[in-house]
Amino acid sequence: MPTQATDAPAPGPNGTAHTRGRAAVDRARARTRRAPLLPALLFLIVVTQLPFLATVVISFLRWNALAPQNRGPAGFDNYRAVFTDPALRSSVATTVLLTVTVVLVSLLLGLGLALLLDRRFRGRGIVRTLLITPFLIVPVASALIWKHALYNASYGLINGVLTWVWGLFGSDGPPQPDWLTRTPLAAVEVALIWQWTPFMMLILLAGLQSRPTDTVEAAQVDGASPFDIFRYLTLPHLRRYLELAALLGTIYVVQNFDAVFTITSGGLGTANLPYTLYQTFYQAHDYGLASAQGVVVLLASLLVATFALRTVSSLLREEGVR
Amino acid sequence: MSPSSRMRTLRTMRAMRRTATVPPRGRRRRSLLGLAAWLCGLFFFVPVAWMVLTSFHRETDTAANPPDLGAPLTLHGYREFFGAGGGASPWPPLINSLTASVVATLLVLTLAVPAAYALAVKPVRRWSDVLFFFLSTKMLPVVAGLLPLYLVAQKAGMLDNIWLLIILYASMNLPIAVWMMRSFLAEIPVEILEAAAIDGAGLPTTLLRIVAPLALPGIAATGLISFIFSWNELLFARVLTGVVAGTAPVFLTGFVTSQGLFLAKVCAAATVISLPVLAAGFAAQDKLVEGLSLGAVK
Repeated sequence: MPTQATDAPAPGPNGTAHTRGRAAVDRARARTRRAPLLPALLFLIVVTQLPFLATVVISFLRWNALAPQNRGPAGFDNYRAVFTDPALRSSVATTVLLTVTVVLVSLLLGLGLALLLDRRFRGRGIVRTLLITPFLIVPVASALIWKHALYNASYGLINGVLTWVWGLFGSDGPPQPDWLTRTPLAAVEVALIWQWTPFMMLILLAGLQSRPTDTVEAAQVDGASPFDIFRYLTLPHLRRYLELAALLGTIYVVQNFDAVFTITSGGLGTANLPYTLYQTFYQAHDYGLASAQGVVVLLASLLVATFALRTVSSLLREEGVR
Repeated sequence: MSPSSRMRTLRTMRAMRRTATVPPRGRRRRSLLGLAAWLCGLFFFVPVAWMVLTSFHRETDTAANPPDLGAPLTLHGYREFFGAGGGASPWPPLINSLTASVVATLLVLTLAVPAAYALAVKPVRRWSDVLFFFLSTKMLPVVAGLLPLYLVAQKAGMLDNIWLLIILYASMNLPIAVWMMRSFLAEIPVEILEAAAIDGAGLPTTLLRIVAPLALPGIAATGLISFIFSWNELLFARVLTGVVAGTAPVFLTGFVTSQGLFLAKVCAAATVISLPVLAAGFAAQDKLVEGLSLGAVK
């Protein structure tokens, strides 16, 4: 009715009372829709995002807990220290090397195992369970086992097997290398590869099993060799899953602390960034420097995360999430 | 050729392949590949088997080189671990771990189920942005936020307090849980929820009476994965707790300071501490991939 329209408060640029009423209802509805989301969102922002903000602030301060009176703005000094200190630079290199090696090797092994498991054979379920087990050992426990029960030079299993094999051939002078001092980084890497291969395998196996079987069968009928099928059908289908596995693996392995801490205590060039950060903060008490290291780690992770998020979102689009 | 007759030809051709050309070489190849899979599985299992076997050996036998597989079995290592040798009792850290993991998991589920509902069932505007915000928090290294958390906890007198770990573990697992729950809740037929709405069910009723029972397997899997990650965590527990609230992984790192032979004891400790994770992992086996890939892979 026209009179009602004039009685109503001045309408917006192109809104009548009616549409504004609906907008209010919409807003109320949106609020009730949002309500269940807010607790989780707020909780997460407060607990995980505010600390990062604080880290950024502290990274510009001169602040060592051992010298509390000497505290003040530091400009970019901490960042200069991060990039000029050779120990820190080597920890950046170690992080990259460790992550790339562990992710690539476990990805390849995981792919091989996934292909082996993607066919029917007797006891497939048992083999799958055996292969998952390494991932279900508490990381600290598995690091301890690798260090003491496997790598130990005098009674570890690896050297024990060497003694046994050499003994088979009648030799009593088997090589007994001290793996932890001779190849410390490789020792950490092997333990991590053992732990992460099941993860890669699980994701790739899921990828293989989501592959449409009719195209493969059609290709078989057309006489395609198993290699051709792998190269032209399986691999393109797996690409997304390979990317996802690599990126998630990278995100987890970059942050690794347990293995480095337990197996080598960061010695002999195995200190990665998380371990170095832990040391700067927990042992050297240099809060400013530790925060600058934290920001560097944060930025690097952000870079990887961007790619990871893109891959995840394309996987989601593919499966047609509503 | 009509489609159906072509299908038939295809099927016969496939059947011919299976019976005529595949058998001798194909079957041998297949069983060889099965054997290879078995060997790989066993190879990957060796460290675990060795850990368990060593945990039942006497300390003097664990030092044998070459290894003595047939050494007599004993529970000595386990007795030592549980404090028979006069060491610190593992019970307080085990109970701390259990408390932190279980309470954090309950908190995660309480927050994640409604959030996932708002993202999957009745999506808010820009729900995918919110979803990706959740995911991005999981991708940033927790170690970078450690110092401010430590300082705040110190100010608030929360250091060495199990509740601090509970809050942090909940925040670490919340993104994974929201992602997993979103993909589980998206499978609930919309009609059921519409029917509930017509019958006048409010949000709490809908969540408790309809969503929760339907999504129970998914909630259980999400809970188990959150439990595993909380139980495994070392860095925060090591920095933020001490004698009172120390967890099992922290206890384990302080374990190897003793002199002399300790391998059986360490293996027993590693086995005991891994048991809850193994149990939870095998229980959640089918949903494990989904959880680890943050719900991106089914």
